[in-house]
Amino acid sequence: MAVTGAVLVLYLVAHVVGNLKIFYGAEAFNDYAHWLRHVGEPAVPARTVLTLVEVVLAVSVILHMWSAVTLTRRASKARPVKYAARRKTQASGYAVHTMRYGGVVILLFIIWHLLDLTFATVNPAGPAGLPYDRLVQGFAPERWPVTLFYVVALVMLGLHLRHGVWSAFQTLGLANGRSYRPLKIVAVGLSLVLVLGFLSVPVAIAIGVIK
Amino acid sequence: MNLTLKVWRQKTPDDKGRMVKYLVQDVSPDMSFLEMLDVLNERLILEGDDPIAFDHDCREGICGMCGMVINGVAHGEQRATTTCQLHMRHFEDGATVTIEPWRAAPFPVVKDLVVDRSAFDRIIQAGGFVSVPAGSAPDAHAVPVKKDDADAAFDAATCIGCGACVAACPNGSASLFTAAKITHLGLLPQGQPERDSRAKAMVDQMDLEGFGGCTNTGECTAVCPKGIPLDTIAQMNRDYLKA
Ligand code: HEM
Ligand code: SF4
Ligand code: FES
Repeated sequence: MAVTGAVLVLYLVAHVVGNLKIFYGAEAFNDYAHWLRHVGEPAVPARTVLTLVEVVLAVSVILHMWSAVTLTRRASKARPVKYAARRKTQASGYAVHTMRYGGVVILLFIIWHLLDLTFATVNPAGPAGLPYDRLVQGFAPERWPVTLFYVVALVMLGLHLRHGVWSAFQTLGLANGRSYRPLKIVAVGLSLVLVLGFLSVPVAIAIGVIK
Repeated sequence: MNLTLKVWRQKTPDDKGRMVKYLVQDVSPDMSFLEMLDVLNERLILEGDDPIAFDHDCREGICGMCGMVINGVAHGEQRATTTCQLHMRHFEDGATVTIEPWRAAPFPVVKDLVVDRSAFDRIIQAGGFVSVPAGSAPDAHAVPVKKDDADAAFDAATCIGCGACVAACPNGSASLFTAAKITHLGLLPQGQPERDSRAKAMVDQMDLEGFGGCTNTGECTAVCPKGIPLDTIAQMNRDYLKA
């Protein structure tokens, strides 16, 4: 859970930085997308690095889900009879109780997102469109429900990381009493930066700042 | 004060069990929660009913027997308090109070509110000990212990094995209990020889008993009557990953 989650978080950091290149204009963004496919050439064939990243991500997502399902099944086996009194959470976390269904929302989002912007099958620009055009047409103002779904999913992602980031340190035994406060602040900070960074692109397109 | 209790009644381990309503009158705010149940039980006995079975022993917060879930919270909402140390003044007159046993598959209900916590004993047997040469007691200062380590080990050692952490955990995990024991022994010089094998054996036994996995929700520490901190679990994970 912790290791695969960390891989995904590192990917997200790289991903958000890449996305922000759209603010430098169509050419810069398309060049960047081109570069992603040709990095390392001619030492390695086209798409080597990108394919490697894709494989690592796919494996991480699957293992992450597999651990989540195992934990959930163990939890329900460990408590076959539920409490009659509604349980009030005694700890301070709210994000922690969104991890499971939040994870499902994020999964649905990833599926849509790949169909939308990677394979472009559900994107108005279509598979032949340039990356910049896919984005601009995908988040065009009249496609606001898509943008809204991105917003909801990213907020869930923020909550997921709000708990996930510090929890990973705890699971790997890298935390102690003194580091909890700084770790939780880092978790909130990183979640906020990622969510706002990701959101800036679809919102900027939807309100017409980027056309 | 008067209270309405909704109590889990279950005659035998195989009985299906159900919640039963009782009215308790003239409860003194100075009574402990267990004394309030004693009063109800005396009445039930006089009326020819079966008294409510609940575990208790020391009644001073050190034995860990008196576990029950009160209004959905292990040992009740009062922090860092066992049920025997919980007083009726924390309840409002006329309130309805639900009382249930610890709910976890590895803690089967024996009767009413009494559960079998032998799973904890087996976790201890798996590795919660240190090997020492038998004979006369060693000199108190023969093995120096750093003050910080002594304090942390002592804090961890205050765990009374009550099982509230399991009862409160949404995953039914026994990590806080197991981690308290591993931290207590692992921080002391006497615990070093078996440190790695202890962590491995106790964690494996915990999983074998059918407890769930920890997702760091923090619900355990919040209800622990001894305030065992969450960083004991980080310590356990550290030792386990090393082993
Ligand atoms: C609203 C914010 C986001 C935007 C605008 C965005 C944009 C993109 C674009 C344009 C691509 C295709 C890149 C290419 O042409 O090769 C892509 C791929 C991808 N994105 Fe996002 N993304 C966002 C958020 C996310 C989030 C939150 C996640 C993960 C939870 C994510 C996971 C992925 C994955 C797994 C891929 C496939 C990577 C690959 O094909 O190698 N994205 N994203
Ligand atoms: S860790 Fe706390 S709640 Fe868990 S058994 Fe020990 S004293 Fe009870
Ligand atoms: S009866 Fe001993 S701790 Fe409550």
